[in-house]
Amino acid sequence: MKCDKCNKPATIHLTEVFAGKRVEKHLCEQCAAETEVGAIKPHTPINELLTNFVLAHSGMSKETAAGCPQCGIGWAEFRQTGLFGCEHDYPFFDKELTPLLQRAHEGGTHHLGKVPTRRGGSNVPVKRQVDLARLRKGLARAVEAEDYERAAKLRDQIRTAEGAA
Amino acid sequence: MKLSDLTSQAGEWLRGSGPMSDIVISSRIRLARNVSGFRFLSKCTRHDRQSLEHKIRDTILSAQLSLKTLYVDLEAAPEIDRQLLVERHLISRPHKDAEGARGVAVGENETLAIMVNEEDHLRIQVLRSGLQLEEAWEQINAVDDQLEAVLDFAFHPRFGYMTACPTNVGTGIRVSVMLHLPGLKLAGEIEKVFRAAKDMRLAVRGLYGEGTEATGDFYQISNQTTLGRSEDDIISDFKHTVIPKIIEYENQARKVLAADRSTALDDKVCRALGVLRSARLLAPDETLALLSHVRLGVNLQRVKELDINKVNELFLLTQEAHLQKILGKKLDGESQNAARADFVRHRLNGG
Repeated sequence: MKCDKCNKPATIHLTEVFAGKRVEKHLCEQCAAETEVGAIKPHTPINELLTNFVLAHSGMSKETAAGCPQCGIGWAEFRQTGLFGCEHDYPFFDKELTPLLQRAHEGGTHHLGKVPTRRGGSNVPVKRQVDLARLRKGLARAVEAEDYERAAKLRDQIRTAEGAA
Repeated sequence: MKLSDLTSQAGEWLRGSGPMSDIVISSRIRLARNVSGFRFLSKCTRHDRQSLEHKIRDTILSAQLSLKTLYVDLEAAPEIDRQLLVERHLISRPHKDAEGARGVAVGENETLAIMVNEEDHLRIQVLRSGLQLEEAWEQINAVDDQLEAVLDFAFHPRFGYMTACPTNVGTGIRVSVMLHLPGLKLAGEIEKVFRAAKDMRLAVRGLYGEGTEATGDFYQISNQTTLGRSEDDIISDFKHTVIPKIIEYENQARKVLAADRSTALDDKVCRALGVLRSARLLAPDETLALLSHVRLGVNLQRVKELDINKVNELFLLTQEAHLQKILGKKLDGESQNAARADFVRHRLNGG
């Protein structure tokens, strides 16, 4: 068989389905390299393939799979001991952690309750944190009362406030 | 204040003086806190663990949280002293058995205890006799404020107070109410308690918390949810829903026992008292079980000659470390059981 683009013998045969239509392509190595087909590396190392496969199925990003840059703990290690290594693990493993938190805390994912005044050192503005706690409380009440209009409004306010924090 | 000063009296959790104290032994609230900038303990270097211990100890002692504060360095303390602190509910069993720099600060007549370098950098506890959850919260909240004025606690606007284990994250609060439920146990209705607790997502544990047996008919009910609910909400559930319900069940069981099975009840109580007054060997768990029946008898006025405080004290003073501290010698096995029996016999026969 000859290449679709030039007359050299075709060595790469590709079948693609576009909008339900089957399209066959036959290309020589040179022409394939020039098109997007060549972008596929012919020899992806098996370990990389496996890592990508596991990551895709665990829902973890490459970044979280490498472990916390501050304390070095990985998700697997945490699952084994049930203990985190440092305060940075919470935001770092946010995505993996959320379903666990929901199971452990009757669906709770956001803190409601006491907020430190931080007279001790950090310069996190206190007022904003207090506002957040108040907003979340309001949101929980609105959801309970099935006042979804108010809940949506509060949710947006919380998002804005969190973004600013 | 010295550790040995504690042994002579009953300690807050068994003082038996607060509201509802015939059924509610004690109300306990603890807060888990970590110091920002330091790793959690499982990933802490030895050096950092030591620095943390010094830093927190200095903070506690200079904050003047109470008139008299006793700080015990648990890395240096002998086994018997650590056991004594467990028996008084001032430290947990894992904290007693752990290794490395750690300690506990005890203040305000033992109503306040702060464990340093347990699972979290700080575990602040307030323990009060009877049903006093709101008072306990007020006290612990003030202590937390005082510490936070100096220490920067690990806090995140969404996650709240960040703890080593995510089961404590958010408020970091654990509310535990210790109940004495011999009536339900005798009536074979203790399952009611487990059901009531489960409905509210609360855990039921034994005398010394996690993983311990319900010896002496003592049951500890505690919350599991710490994230997404405020401290007030959690406490209010206990005060207004769970505890009144269990108290009602227990009172009902006691009433039925006294009305319909009074001979069987008196038999239980009098046999227990008879054994305690005559035995020559008493093992720790057996003593607790017998004292439990006597306590029920005194509370139901089936036994009139005994003061409830005397019975409450015996629960504590007959435990391993207390007994050895009081008698001033190391005792184990049969010699300890013999000493316990002597001690109880003298106390109950007017000694």
